[in-house]
Amino acid sequence: MLKKRAKQGPGEINAGSMADIAFLLLIFFLVTTTMDTDVGILRLLPPIVEDQESEIINQRNVYEVLVNDADMLLVEKEFIDIKDLRAGAKEFMTNPSNLDNLPARTRVSAAECREQLAQYKGWLAAADDSSKARFEEGVKKWEGKLKAIELIGDYTELPNDALISLQTGSKTSYNMYVQVQNELESAIRELRDELSKEKFGRKFTELDEKNDVDQDRIKAVRLVYPQRISEAEPVDLTKKN
Amino acid sequence: MSRFKEKKGSTPAISTASLPDIIFMLLFFFMVTTVMREVDLKVKVVLPEAKEVTKLEDKALVDYLYIGPPSNKQLGTEPLLQLNDDFARLDEIDPWVKAGNDRRDEVLRGKITRSLKVDKDTYMKFVTDVKQELRKSNALKINYSTSRGR
Repeated sequence: MLKKRAKQGPGEINAGSMADIAFLLLIFFLVTTTMDTDVGILRLLPPIVEDQESEIINQRNVYEVLVNDADMLLVEKEFIDIKDLRAGAKEFMTNPSNLDNLPARTRVSAAECREQLAQYKGWLAAADDSSKARFEEGVKKWEGKLKAIELIGDYTELPNDALISLQTGSKTSYNMYVQVQNELESAIRELRDELSKEKFGRKFTELDEKNDVDQDRIKAVRLVYPQRISEAEPVDLTKKN
Repeated sequence: MSRFKEKKGSTPAISTASLPDIIFMLLFFFMVTTVMREVDLKVKVVLPEAKEVTKLEDKALVDYLYIGPPSNKQLGTEPLLQLNDDFARLDEIDPWVKAGNDRRDEVLRGKITRSLKVDKDTYMKFVTDVKQELRKSNALKINYSTSRGR
């Protein structure tokens, strides 16, 4: 008897209920977990500019999309169905048959890039601090174009003021607005995919932003098909004639 | 010696000692991936569907605005704006944007996305007004939150 007692010591704590406690916690986190990440259409709003009046845009360079209060689409002054919007936007971006009412794409050549680059570098060297930033921007712009040519060869670019202008009525539904944004985004994505597939053998959406080589490719494709959807200044459509 | 003889014949029970460890592993997985809903929604938001969507990568750099009809029917059916935990007027957007900026490091301020979670039946007038306010506060990076369409 005496021998047995000495051997016992402080008994071990029963760990059998540990699993139950862990289960409880696990179930709590299972219930509260939301795995889905937020998805959506990313847009950049234009900064507020004081005097808008001075801007004169060439009509052929603007793809005008109006959505009225009854969610109907008026594109380039014609009623169309939303299904045709994508094709329309693509035609605007590419202007395949060189129509007069669509933007004229101009060819960019390596020679021109080098010439401009040399010119800007000259200016930059002579510039004082106040105007330096502007020339640096110019150098960057033309370097980007040159890089694009190295990657995809000579390409044509949209005029600088070409844009898709989207305006809505005050009672347009938000759903319709998102659908239109979605179609426009589709159009640009498809064009980019086609170009990327042709030049690099992979779709634009498959290019990896974190990869250095792909990064240059993404920039090049973006130069050819820039995404310029203007979040236009709110306009009262009823006052428009 | 006699002890060994006793065990013969009966199959030993499977040890459950490692069960807590397995459960803990699962637990930690869920603890790490979990994102708890930080606001009480006071407006009803049914997101529109879209196909061309981008994922918002860094959740820490996203602020949410909710627009939709109030869940409390007594407040009417007109869409309202919700910031943080409460309804807000349009002129409260600017201080809200500033508060959002102050919470982040200075270098990250330009990268904050304001995600608009807007009910799909809202009129554009209201959304445009909100967008104008955001522009005035220089919060230019926005996201129209949608659900992923087929």
